[in-house]
Amino acid sequence: MVGIRGRRVEGERQMAKAIFGRKIGMTQVFNESGDSVAVTVIEVPKTVVVRKRTKERDGYEALQVGFGEVARSRVTKPYAGQFREARMQATRHLRELRHVDCSGFDVGSQMGVEQFEAGERIEVSGTSKGKGYQGTVKRHGFHRGPMAHGSKSHRRPASAGSTDGARVFPGKRGPGQMGGERVTVRGLRIERVVPEKGLLLVRGAVPGANGSLVEIRSRADGIKG
Amino acid sequence: MNPIIAEIEKEQVRPGLPKYRTGDTVRVHVRVVEGGRERVQVFEGIVLKCNHKHTRRSLTVRRVTAGIGIERTFLADSPRIDHIEVVRYGRVRRARLYYLRSRIGKKATKVKERRFR
Repeated sequence: MVGIRGRRVEGERQMAKAIFGRKIGMTQVFNESGDSVAVTVIEVPKTVVVRKRTKERDGYEALQVGFGEVARSRVTKPYAGQFREARMQATRHLRELRHVDCSGFDVGSQMGVEQFEAGERIEVSGTSKGKGYQGTVKRHGFHRGPMAHGSKSHRRPASAGSTDGARVFPGKRGPGQMGGERVTVRGLRIERVVPEKGLLLVRGAVPGANGSLVEIRSRADGIKG
Repeated sequence: MNPIIAEIEKEQVRPGLPKYRTGDTVRVHVRVVEGGRERVQVFEGIVLKCNHKHTRRSLTVRRVTAGIGIERTFLADSPRIDHIEVVRYGRVRRARLYYLRSRIGKKATKVKERRFR
């Protein structure tokens, strides 16, 4: 099997652990050696396994997890049925965690920050901040033209290709919607775990706006982030 | 600010720092690790500016040695700082004493003393 960045990996790609959290914001803390470290604070809510996806039944393995409080009146009937089957209280979010080690988890089992420890390498996915409809300079890092000397090509995308092609080839980079898409940052490190408050302090920046949902995953496939 | 972050920052604050402001002369005792050995280095000078924002406090200290001005900025809450002592209180009319940089000789290090009534 070919892994990330084209490197070969033995067997199936398996993630060991994963969980959802809410990005709170960034601050700085001092570590043991006295250095000041920029960290992103992620709040991990109490999470329960609502359903297990199995290879036989669903064609893939995953854990369906629920987390976050929700008023009973806000739960739609299809969702309520899911929770009724699992005999538990409805939660605000219902998401699936794929490529996790499902053994050791059953319907009703809980998970939290405890499964992570300081110093661990992780990757974090989130929805990046929406930037709106942007030009090629901001969106793809195109160079801009001269701002003076009679030039009118200030921030234009310029040529879209040769006349020989008689068309614009698919994948040609142009202006368009930027941001608001799923972004993953790899090779982050957990600086600190605060189990009492369910907090993870991750070294560095994490995609998305404050308050947005992020997915935290450890990497068990042997590739160093 | 988010209350969760405010709490984390509050935990970082070290108690027992003396009150200092710009214009004061302070002695900052810094822990330096040198080849596995730790010792305390003292840096004395005039507080050029200080930041008491939130709980991430910092101060910039200026001293002139052999005609060369040296400025160091410290994170006041860093565990690397052993302690800070105030040597002299100064009376200044500005929050940031950048004008000291352009001064040469004796004037560069002199700030009026603050008197208490």
